[in-house]
Amino acid sequence: MKVKSGLILLLTLVITGLMVFTAFYGFGVNHYLGADNIRLGLDLAGGVNIVYEADKENPTSAEMAAAKELIQGRLDRGNYTEAEVSIEGEKRLRVDIPGVDDPEKAIEDIGSTALLQFISPEGEVILTGNEVKDARRDVITDNNGISRPVVVVEFNDKGRDAFAEATQKYINQVIVIALDETIISYPVVEDVITTGTAFISGNFSIEEADELAARIKAGALPFKLNVLQSKSVGAKLGTDALNTSLKAGLIGIILVLLFMLIFYRVSGLAADIALIFYCGTIIVILSAMEATLTLPGVAGIILSVGMAVDANVIIFERIKEELNSGKSIRAAVDAGFSKAFSAILDGNITTLIAAAILFWLGTGLIKSFAQTLAIGIILSMFTALVVTRIIIKQFVNIGLKNPKLYCANKEA
Amino acid sequence: MDIVGSRKITFTIAIIVILAGLLAMPINAGMGKGILDFDVEFVGGTVMEIHIGQEFDINNDIRPIVIDITGDDSPQITRIDNQGVAIKTKSIDTKTRRELFDALKEKYQLDENEALLNAEDVSATIGTEMQLKAIKALVVASILMLIYITFRFKDWKFGLSAVIPLLHDVLVVLAVYSILRVPVNNSFIAVILTILGYSINNTIVIFDRIRENKKSVSRQELKELVNQSVNQTMTRSINTTVTTLLTITVLYFLGVPSIKEFALPLIVGLIAGTYSSIFIASPVWYMLSTKKTRTAKSQA
Repeated sequence: MKVKSGLILLLTLVITGLMVFTAFYGFGVNHYLGADNIRLGLDLAGGVNIVYEADKENPTSAEMAAAKELIQGRLDRGNYTEAEVSIEGEKRLRVDIPGVDDPEKAIEDIGSTALLQFISPEGEVILTGNEVKDARRDVITDNNGISRPVVVVEFNDKGRDAFAEATQKYINQVIVIALDETIISYPVVEDVITTGTAFISGNFSIEEADELAARIKAGALPFKLNVLQSKSVGAKLGTDALNTSLKAGLIGIILVLLFMLIFYRVSGLAADIALIFYCGTIIVILSAMEATLTLPGVAGIILSVGMAVDANVIIFERIKEELNSGKSIRAAVDAGFSKAFSAILDGNITTLIAAAILFWLGTGLIKSFAQTLAIGIILSMFTALVVTRIIIKQFVNIGLKNPKLYCANKEA
Repeated sequence: MDIVGSRKITFTIAIIVILAGLLAMPINAGMGKGILDFDVEFVGGTVMEIHIGQEFDINNDIRPIVIDITGDDSPQITRIDNQGVAIKTKSIDTKTRRELFDALKEKYQLDENEALLNAEDVSATIGTEMQLKAIKALVVASILMLIYITFRFKDWKFGLSAVIPLLHDVLVVLAVYSILRVPVNNSFIAVILTILGYSINNTIVIFDRIRENKKSVSRQELKELVNQSVNQTMTRSINTTVTTLLTITVLYFLGVPSIKEFALPLIVGLIAGTYSSIFIASPVWYMLSTKKTRTAKSQA
């Protein structure tokens, strides 16, 4: 019994150590599951965040997707490779660009209008995106029976006339198609086209044709994008924020560990091991979820450490009471855990309700806070009800049976 | 401790704190500072934080430049730590922001890449939305918690008396924002909801004890039952609050300004939440329960 319990205890310590090690270093060169693998939000890494709104009532989801594609394309061309664009709600786009040195320039770069142009051999602009009604991918089969993907561009009335005129004038010559002054295709005019549709063919795959169609359509965006909100944080400020928060977190955790040890003795030691397990695991979980950590997120974690101890406190107070009422140590531990359960469950679920609503209503930074808070609540319930329980039971089994060790008023 | 018996005193303390906070709002407004220090996220506008890196005079040097470039007659310009300045104006576009930065750059030979600590621009639309969201979050969270507790405790009186103290918590936190002029921004909603979650968590632990004692101890005076339950859980209530306060207080003392703005109301809110779950929630439940018994008796 003693040996078995000792082994279980050792195993718990090894797992805890492993979690902390993983949290610190991760696996492999990419620090998989480690703290280094957690993406930092703009407020910690520095960068720009912009929210655009479509200047149009009820844009369709296709239009929004095209707008997203447009912005993403501009960011890629501007070498903002880590930038992310997401559609938020029905008519908004959120752009996050981490680690930029000159935020205002990034905003200007994105803000410039995308321009689709059909350019004649003489270098004159024949048509622009304003005359494009639609662009989509299609597959055509040529005279030799070979199928290949093309992009079909459909013009409006004005565009149709201009294109008919141009194709007549430049037959067998090249018309350059450019997006934002980058040449994306240079087809040879094979026929006079009066139908108002043009095929752009080239050596592209179906995916490339899809992308090109989306980009052309994006160039012909049916609405203007207004900046609703923009926020930029200098990289230095972000680093300072992260470092001080981490330091505060570490000191806070040490204080909590000491408090528990002094107040609850052997039970406190069990809670401390569980808390260290908790801290390591929450970092591993955030890393595995590929969550983005923001400043409120860090605050959420630090707050959750204080709360993680709560379940333990409820249980230990209960064990103490049971011991004082004269129960044996084993019976008191069991009763303590089972009687504390309903309070812990109900209390945590109501806090989860608050976190869920924050996640639902919040945007950006607040979502991150809600996420870490929710993970913290669920994980803290697990560590208190499972990990602490395993450790305390083994403590009892290996002979730590004096009720005084568990803060009871009298000896057995 | 006779929690139920001393409810007149404990309720009065709560009301005084709340009234002080509420009174500070019109007083602030009278002094021309606005009822609360709303950040741009809540009302729209632009804020730029710039590291000047040398001595500067806000009123003689910076203000005229800001007014000239932005066209905002009453910009709020404040000193931030270590030779920096925060400029808050109505919402201005990227071009104007660039002009303003360039003007200051020329005047103080600022570093192109490092001087602009951060810039934020929020349109009035987002501001209004934030205000609506804050209220919506509060109302929805309270209703869901009310439903959950009523369902779990099979008694609407528990639900109602767990939610009433939340009103106290929200108002006390609001008092912190109004008296200490903590900026009301994005994290405001997070602070309030965290405190609600925390406070109701505390309340539930106490109510859980009442629920349990009600079953096991028969024919007990209601007042004694409540007092006994609150006292049995008192050590836990205090210890939990202490551990949470330990971490959040360290965060307050070491944190950057945006963390301080977050941690300070949280600290006060956590204390308020613990206070309300001990001294308000249980007495309210007692009052609701005895009222019902009395009506039942008079009908009989």
